[in-house]
Amino acid sequence: MTPAGPSAGDDALDLVATPADERGTSLWRGAFRRLRRNPSAIIGAAIMLVFVLVAIFAPLLTSFRPGTGEFFGQVTPSSVPGPSQEHWLGLDTGGSDMWTQLLYGARQSLVYGVASTLVGLTAGAALGVLAGGFGAVGGRVGGWVDTAVMRVVDILLSIPSLLLAVSIAAIITQDSLAIIIAIGAAQVPIFARLLRSSMLAQGKSDYVLAAGALGFRKRRIVMSHILPNAIGPTIVQATLNLATATLEVAALSYLGLGPDDPRVAEWGRMLVNAQSRFDADPRLAILPGICIVVTALGFTLFGEALRESLDPRSRR
Amino acid sequence: MSPPSHQHGADVLTDGRADRTPVQGDQPLLSVQDLSVEFGLRGQKRVRAVDSVSFDIRPGEHVGLVGESGSGKSVTSLAIMGLLPRRGAHVSGRITYEGRDLLTASRAEMSQLRGNDIAMVFQDPMTSLNPVVPIGTQLAEVVTRHRRLSKSEARDRAGDLLARVGIPDPRRRLKEYPHQLSGGMRQRVLIAIALACEPRLLIADEPTTALDVTIQAQVLEVLKELVAETEAALLMITHDLGVVAGLCDRVNVMYSGRIVESTTRSVLFGEPRHPYTGGLLRSIPRLDAPRGEPLVAIPGSPTNTLPWTQGCAFAPRCAHVQDDCRTDPPALLEHGPRMLRCHHPLDGSDGPTPGGGSAGARPTAAGVADESAYRRPTEEDA
Repeated sequence: MTPAGPSAGDDALDLVATPADERGTSLWRGAFRRLRRNPSAIIGAAIMLVFVLVAIFAPLLTSFRPGTGEFFGQVTPSSVPGPSQEHWLGLDTGGSDMWTQLLYGARQSLVYGVASTLVGLTAGAALGVLAGGFGAVGGRVGGWVDTAVMRVVDILLSIPSLLLAVSIAAIITQDSLAIIIAIGAAQVPIFARLLRSSMLAQGKSDYVLAAGALGFRKRRIVMSHILPNAIGPTIVQATLNLATATLEVAALSYLGLGPDDPRVAEWGRMLVNAQSRFDADPRLAILPGICIVVTALGFTLFGEALRESLDPRSRR
Repeated sequence: MSPPSHQHGADVLTDGRADRTPVQGDQPLLSVQDLSVEFGLRGQKRVRAVDSVSFDIRPGEHVGLVGESGSGKSVTSLAIMGLLPRRGAHVSGRITYEGRDLLTASRAEMSQLRGNDIAMVFQDPMTSLNPVVPIGTQLAEVVTRHRRLSKSEARDRAGDLLARVGIPDPRRRLKEYPHQLSGGMRQRVLIAIALACEPRLLIADEPTTALDVTIQAQVLEVLKELVAETEAALLMITHDLGVVAGLCDRVNVMYSGRIVESTTRSVLFGEPRHPYTGGLLRSIPRLDAPRGEPLVAIPGSPTNTLPWTQGCAFAPRCAHVQDDCRTDPPALLEHGPRMLRCHHPLDGSDGPTPGGGSAGARPTAAGVADESAYRRPTEEDA
């Protein structure tokens, strides 16, 4: 199967070296092994780890509170105090400590990013399983369910995701739940279509026919044979979507549709606030900008590496 | 394995298993009557893949279904299993298993039957196992689907099954995933899965085609042993007459969706009468052929056919074709010990087959057939 001779040799060594009880390695475990050897996966994972730790332990890393404007007295219309002994990264336009704002901003991004991706993943996967499962087992009813579900998803997809999020955020009130739903809803079509198509592809494989020949019911075949084989790309997509969701939270805030309490530290809002002073004080925009970029980069690096490690072509 | 013994085999089978419905000696286990399968969605032209195929399989009997790709043999097997797509496939005729009509059976009935009474081994072991599930789980899953067994009992049974198909160190292998096994091992696992519930009928759809030659022999041997052990009837679907020679009591040769010759193994190998069967036999390399002798191929490809409604489908490729073959569809008629669909069969006499006995049953055509009867068509060709 593997054309390269050396890799076959490696495999043989691998089998000898691995203890017997660990030989039953799953695809996921194999993927994890490849992941550990991938530098971009490690960098991505490190960034994600730092991001999560910062979000969790934000109060321990600073002695100030976010969004209080306690140093507003030091901010004048012409200048915002820069880095100093007391404030490592200076103050922001609202008179809060910049470092504190950035730390607490990670919290917002993490909560909104993860929660909205989970919402999108759950709803999208449910629709995808519905369409893909019915589509894969075929039959008139199956085809009909598949078509109906996918047309709804197509409608969602035809609206640009940010526009969809903006509309939903504008329609429902501007609380955090609404923002999560808005960003999540924009992700639904991606997950639904991805999962459906890989389920349909798996549904045509021989082992599904073989499972039918062994007398398993359709639902069993869909849930315990097709779904586990089809879920891989969806999970990878979820990792990648964490980056997009983080960006979209920032974008929504930037458009004024973010968390409605203006004092909540949020990277996107910090960008908006810095906008008017960009010429005089680029630091105010660049710092949150770096945070957004680095976080999104971390998720993307890790997601891409995960996708690569699960790619059948990289499997031995 | 001797051909006339299936009668006896049937008795042993029914005596040995009180839990199964007893079967009368001569009553077929599976009876396929006038089976036709057409493909084509509404409004499209239908393609007839299987055309009025009839055959019986008695309990414990080994029946071969032989033909080239596209002759309809796999579609026949999928029709028996009820696994053809519900949209686009039109099945007519009757398939009865122990008197039950499989074509009208409910979905629940069919899924009770599949895997338990009728099981199937597929062609490609590389893709027929679920890649993300350990093989032990896949084995145990089948057992628990059809038998009331606890998880650990099913696990034990899975280990036993692996041992029976000749996989060394079965306990440890249970935890392995399909990609960790070789093709031959995977096919053994598939055979173990198919025989897990001791089905009364095993359909093997080209079980060795995807394997290399040395592994083919091993896997066939395993299949043969286990089928004998469980006293299952076997429907062997293959294009390889060598496989049939070592395994089957009766052989049905299919061409373009119809059965063209149907008889016992010894008669078929001793004296093929249909030009297509003759061509298939001559295309097998023989150990006793002189060195450097070229293999005889059937000219043309299976796509070059005449519709059965207009004449003999094999006519465009047949070396013995005469005018009426192209205008007059031949019927499946009884010719001595065989059913034959041909206007101008090879060789006239249908006497006792010399030397075509079961004593020399080896897994090559050469081992079974009588040399002179075998080669006569070749001389006619030349």
